[in-house]
Amino acid sequence: MTVAIHIENLTRRFNNLVAVDNISFDIEHGEIFGLLGPNGAGKTTTLSMLSTMLKPTSGSATVNGIDIERDEDGVRKSIGIVFQDQSLDEELTAWENMDFHGRLYRIPSDIRKQRITELLRLVELEDRQHDIVKTFSGGMRRRLEIARGLLHHPSVLFLDEPTLGLDPQTRNHLWQYIASLAREKGITIILTTHYMEEADRLCSRVAIIDHGKIIALDTPQNLKDGIGGDVVTIRSPDPAAVIATLTEPWITRAEQHNDEVIVSLQQAEQHISTIVTLLNTHRVPIQSLAIHKPTLEDVFLSFTGKTIREEEADHKTNMRMYQRMVRH
Amino acid sequence: MDIVYTIWLRNMKRYIRSRSRIIGSIAMPLFFLLFLGFGLNSVVQLSGIGGNYVAFLIPGMVAMSVLFTSVFSGIQIIWDKQFGFLKETLVAPVSRLEIMVGQTLGGATTAVLQGSMILVLSVFIGFWISSPVGFLIALGFMILIGISFTAFGIAIASRMEDMTGFQLIMNFVVFPLFGLSGALFPISSLPAWVRPVTLLDPLTYGVEGIRYGLTGVSQINPLVCGAVIGSFTIVMTVLGAFLFRKIRL
Ligand SMILES: Nc1ncnc2c1ncn2[C@@H]1O[C@H](COP(=O)(O)OP(=O)(O)OP(=O)(O)O)[C@@H](O)[C@H]1O
Ligand SMILES: [Mg+2]
Repeated sequence: MTVAIHIENLTRRFNNLVAVDNISFDIEHGEIFGLLGPNGAGKTTTLSMLSTMLKPTSGSATVNGIDIERDEDGVRKSIGIVFQDQSLDEELTAWENMDFHGRLYRIPSDIRKQRITELLRLVELEDRQHDIVKTFSGGMRRRLEIARGLLHHPSVLFLDEPTLGLDPQTRNHLWQYIASLAREKGITIILTTHYMEEADRLCSRVAIIDHGKIIALDTPQNLKDGIGGDVVTIRSPDPAAVIATLTEPWITRAEQHNDEVIVSLQQAEQHISTIVTLLNTHRVPIQSLAIHKPTLEDVFLSFTGKTIREEEADHKTNMRMYQRMVRH
Repeated sequence: MDIVYTIWLRNMKRYIRSRSRIIGSIAMPLFFLLFLGFGLNSVVQLSGIGGNYVAFLIPGMVAMSVLFTSVFSGIQIIWDKQFGFLKETLVAPVSRLEIMVGQTLGGATTAVLQGSMILVLSVFIGFWISSPVGFLIALGFMILIGISFTAFGIAIASRMEDMTGFQLIMNFVVFPLFGLSGALFPISSLPAWVRPVTLLDPLTYGVEGIRYGLTGVSQINPLVCGAVIGSFTIVMTVLGAFLFRKIRL
């Protein structure tokens, strides 16, 4: 395995805000690597730097062994990118959007035509190829953007929130498609997402990013195993009492989170009745109780003390306060 | 050149598809021509520059349509910024200069096409172009106006975040440039104190150049016109290219 992307102490500031804070890691060739994090975590900023659209404040990175600051064109030739926000020309047809891209990347005419036909078939847009993009649905646009990103045969593909705002069916479809790209074409894929399930299903490794820092990086399985078994969520009017009661040695961890207690333990099914009995004997009231296998959401929670949704709510509040400050 | 052509081609495709824009930007000069021209034709007597008022006005209207179309084409970069398409262009391994030149030539081409339409319509209402060479001279001036003001639009667009500043630019830059250019009335008929101001307006030389080509008469020496508008084109192109290079998304 060779290294496709090497990142060393990469940092980007916007005035006082450190959007990406001294991150370092390597991405192997042929991997589907996920950057998972809430709104404002610094995912897009990281991709912008790796795709040479934004200069780092400090630190360095190479893509396919090419330094992102020393040889911008070299990097640009070897990458494809699907931006978070749409970047199609809506007045042009699907074919024309592809053709424009192919010409920009100087693909000779005959190869260009052949590849466009192939790729449009691959993303199942061949029967709409001569329609204006304005008439396309969100999912069709996204598929077209992915096809376009592949037209010049990049060895690294960046996907910034590839399935944001798509319906579950289209999302599933795209996942299969992305997975087959990495498998069959050997393309290295770096995708950002704040969908836990997406990172879990698709990625060979996931870096969890929060406030610009990498707080965990491993395979989804290892990250989930790190939780320490299964997860039992107990909702109670007196969470502190629940924690105080659950002191058995087979309990890896019990933490309060709002009016819930999140308990990690091995083989939850076997211990659940004991937990209920214990709480009943100590007269601790329970409203509800649920068992599930750990998800990346639990991983995120265990590292940050917050669910990803709360992070996003916080971020929005901060943004609102910030905007208010700016306005006055 | 292939990149320049690619950008130009996209501009052409968009232009041909935007029927409402084509018709919209012919409407105003045509309206001026018909109502102002024929309305004032019998009232206004132009001394010394031959012809009637309509013949005087036509070159001005051609210039007007080239001016407005080109500024607008340049400013369209803001839409590309807002709709995200500019990112797709800027992340490609091509130089910004090529993109800027392609955009400028695209804008200039649409502007000259729009101007030519006014010219063709004028012929239909009985306007006589002085000579084939004169036509080519006029065309040359139209091209220069087209290039310089598309580049001007790109320069503005490179510094603007959204379209909110567009009205400001139109009202405080483009309309005054047009009003002072002698497109609507002869420079010689202006009060003495306004005249130096009109001579500071680069568009004046464009309008006079077109007028020389189409009617064979102008108040400013056509060589002076060519030199001034030519220099202005170079300055604007350099400025546009410089500011476009500095665009950050
Ligand atoms: N051009 C900019 N100027 C100032 N601040 C910026 C700029 N771009 C990003 N930021 C800030 O940097 C932080 C990281 O932003 P970034 O877009 O990288 O987050 P993200 O992880 O992609 O979030 P999302 O999931 O919402 O796309 C945010 O707080 C954002 O407000
Ligand atoms: Mg983002």
